[in-house]
Amino acid sequence: MPDFPNVANDPLVKIRGLRFARGERVIFDGIDIDIPRGKITAIMGPSGTGKTTLLRLISGQLRPLAGSIVVDGQPVPQLKRAALYQLRKRMGMLFQSGALLTDLDVFDNVAFPLREHTQLPEMLIRDLVLMKLQAVGLRGARHLMASELSGGMARRVALARAIALDPMMIMYDEPFTGQDPISLGIIVQLIHALNEALGLTSIIVSHDVHETAAIADYIYVLSGGKVIGHGTPVDLAHSDSPWVRQFMQGLADGPVPFHYPAADYAEELLNNQPGAAP
Amino acid sequence: MINRLQTLGRWGLIRFERLGRGSLFLMQVLAGLPALLLRPRLALQQVYATGVLSLVIIIVSGLFVGMVLGLQGYNTLVDFGAEESLGVLVALSLVRELGPVIAALLFAGRAGSALTAEIGLMKATEQLSAMEMMAVDPLARVIAPRLLGGFIAMPLLAAMFSAVGVFGGYFVGVGLLGVDDGSFWSQMQSKVELQEDILNGVIKSVVFGFVVTWIAVFEGYDTVPTSEGISRATTRTVVNSSLAVLGLDFVLTALMFGDF
Repeated sequence: MPDFPNVANDPLVKIRGLRFARGERVIFDGIDIDIPRGKITAIMGPSGTGKTTLLRLISGQLRPLAGSIVVDGQPVPQLKRAALYQLRKRMGMLFQSGALLTDLDVFDNVAFPLREHTQLPEMLIRDLVLMKLQAVGLRGARHLMASELSGGMARRVALARAIALDPMMIMYDEPFTGQDPISLGIIVQLIHALNEALGLTSIIVSHDVHETAAIADYIYVLSGGKVIGHGTPVDLAHSDSPWVRQFMQGLADGPVPFHYPAADYAEELLNNQPGAAP
Repeated sequence: MINRLQTLGRWGLIRFERLGRGSLFLMQVLAGLPALLLRPRLALQQVYATGVLSLVIIIVSGLFVGMVLGLQGYNTLVDFGAEESLGVLVALSLVRELGPVIAALLFAGRAGSALTAEIGLMKATEQLSAMEMMAVDPLARVIAPRLLGGFIAMPLLAAMFSAVGVFGGYFVGVGLLGVDDGSFWSQMQSKVELQEDILNGVIKSVVFGFVVTWIAVFEGYDTVPTSEGISRATTRTVVNSSLAVLGLDFVLTALMFGDF
């Protein structure tokens, strides 16, 4: 694989020749990605490029058509259910909506994985939950129900829940989307701080260039089922690729055209005869 | 003609495919039931949600159905001078048929639709995916307790419906129309049999409870996770489970009471 980035000697996640399609539509057409341990790696690209699908493939919720996905030495698509669940206990995932359990309050949401997977006494669970909530600044909100939280708070609670079992990695699905500037700042700072403090490996899927570039150690840019660019944020900012430049600088026109493919504009206007198709 | 046959064939294939998926789903859920023995609280919460919260509609409906039975039965029986048998008529109608069937139809409308909508919304808001990512099997943690809860609650609701209905019939027959109090109860006591009538009624309500809850949880889990998808799934739950209850009622009645 001549184009392979080789960003780490012993990556936590190693993806090779990944192919995935939904019906006729090819989402990934042979991509190679390495997620280095202890770093923040961002997967970026326009909406609809399959960034979230990639997280679902890494976590084994979807199976690829071809290629390999190895997480911490384990081939995810080949794992049996029990082994996959064992691996997932060491993975956290922050969903875009937070995905908190709506019939539980904040405390019980964070306690949920602890109660499901450990036999710890309730007193210890209480202390652990309060520590996780303190880390995201919501210890005082532990009695609120999920429906009483703002979008930003829900994501922070979901983050506390994702780190409840002290995972080796966390996957963030569009963590910055739809946040007000204060919530955005908090989430950016939290992801960075948690990664440093807990020695996590983080994968951020996002199309928010500035926020992601501010904290990511390495970025992959996806489009059209391929990796069209990768490198550190500084490398990508100075990339020669017109494609990567258009994405990173948010230009309206470029390799991705502003106009959806259509017939010639002038011709369509001139051919406007009564009874013609609209 | 060929087109119609094709459409019919496609319709049939889709139905069979859904039935197959529903059966596989049921087997996976049943595999999660033994784990519930260690955590009975999860199932008890669902008995409360599907059973206790359905009590009002069951009791009110049972009362009125019993009152109507008392009134209609009296008007017919009095022509033959057999109004003392009103208690038997009311009790047998309720215990054998109306109790299990109407309670199941109400259960489908009240608890079944709620189950489908709840599970469908959990799917749409990624709560089920989040559980999977936390290595918690949603079939064992969410679906199995609901299936068991509905299975336990339905026969209890049917029994409650029949009991209240008998009192409704008593109120109209004895209280308002002057049927003899002693005859009402004693004839009922002598004619209603434990095995033939009550046990068969209980079997019906157990089967209905199982089928309605199965349809409800499957439709919720299998829903297209959009508002339109949840709306369709909820409708399908009520329609399919009502049809299933009525169809199964005939089959069970034929097996229990038919001379085939």
